[in-house]
Amino acid sequence: MINPLLIELALQFLTLSLLSIGGANAIIPEMHLRAVDIEHWMTDADFSQMFALSQAAPGPNVLIVSLIGWKVAGIAGALVSIAAMCGPSSVLTYQVARAWDRFRDAPLRTAIERGLAPVTVGLILSSGFVLTRTTDHSWPAYATTGSTLLLALTTRLHPLWMLIAAAVLGALGVV
Amino acid sequence: MRVTTGDLFWGFLKVGVSGFGGVLPFAHRSIVEHNRWLTEPEFTEALSLAQFLPGPNIVNLSVIIGRRFQGPIGAAAATLGLMLMPLAIVLLLAMLFAQFAHVEAVRNACAGVSAGASGLVLSIALKMARPMRRLPLQLGIAATTFAAIALLRVPLPWALGVLAPLSIGIAWWSNR
Repeated sequence: MINPLLIELALQFLTLSLLSIGGANAIIPEMHLRAVDIEHWMTDADFSQMFALSQAAPGPNVLIVSLIGWKVAGIAGALVSIAAMCGPSSVLTYQVARAWDRFRDAPLRTAIERGLAPVTVGLILSSGFVLTRTTDHSWPAYATTGSTLLLALTTRLHPLWMLIAAAVLGALGVV
Repeated sequence: MRVTTGDLFWGFLKVGVSGFGGVLPFAHRSIVEHNRWLTEPEFTEALSLAQFLPGPNIVNLSVIIGRRFQGPIGAAAATLGLMLMPLAIVLLLAMLFAQFAHVEAVRNACAGVSAGASGLVLSIALKMARPMRRLPLQLGIAATTFAAIALLRVPLPWALGVLAPLSIGIAWWSNR
């Protein structure tokens, strides 16, 4: 008997896969909406911890999907979720890559690329906003978010150093 | 250039484990500079395709590059190589975290990372918005998307179903 939670996870992420225009960062609000508000799989604090762990590990940021799956249904949940998240979009990418050369200069391709860009900006900005609201509950926390934002925009410092600094500040009880 | 299924698997495995704080720079270094599987323009074109299609960008990139050299098997090998180690590491990290979640300093460090990483996500959006700063229609679409998703919490399928065709329509019409 298959754990019904695994089927539920698979269905959620299979649908999210083709909606994730702009990558995993763009669907954080939708994942939060489904995992916390609709399915009640986890609390705000859990979601924010899964996000932090996915950022602290090496690898693509889609890993947050595997952590949500893990929180809901263990290792099997993690594997089902990440496979469901990457499956449909990978099949689509494979098929489009085959036909890509024929569409190289097609005006419709240019229009799709240029049209999706601002939508992606809005989606990722929403992710930052939802994460900040989920994560930050004190002025020092907002100051940490604001500082990394400023540093990332104005310097070429590697993001990993900023995350390490944030972790140390957190462990010392500052954030 | 001949690239075997094994090359793809091991090449992307290395990219996966070195990718702290974003895999893309490491993928670029490995694929263009180190292994020379693709030239700079070829990489840029593959990346732009990977970014505008739905799905994790770097996973899409591994599918495109794997397919180019070894078809479906190559795509699978590259993607598996990319995800295998990061997946194992992040799950290990999550299990460790669950063991030590009662320690206040560990929880607080995690909250610190979360706060910092939220700022990084915001910075990505603002960097992407820079080329649009003189294009009021595009900024309007970005702002409407933000209002729908972040403020009104409209479910993503509805928001995308309306805004994506609208925005593509505007781009099509303004291009003629």
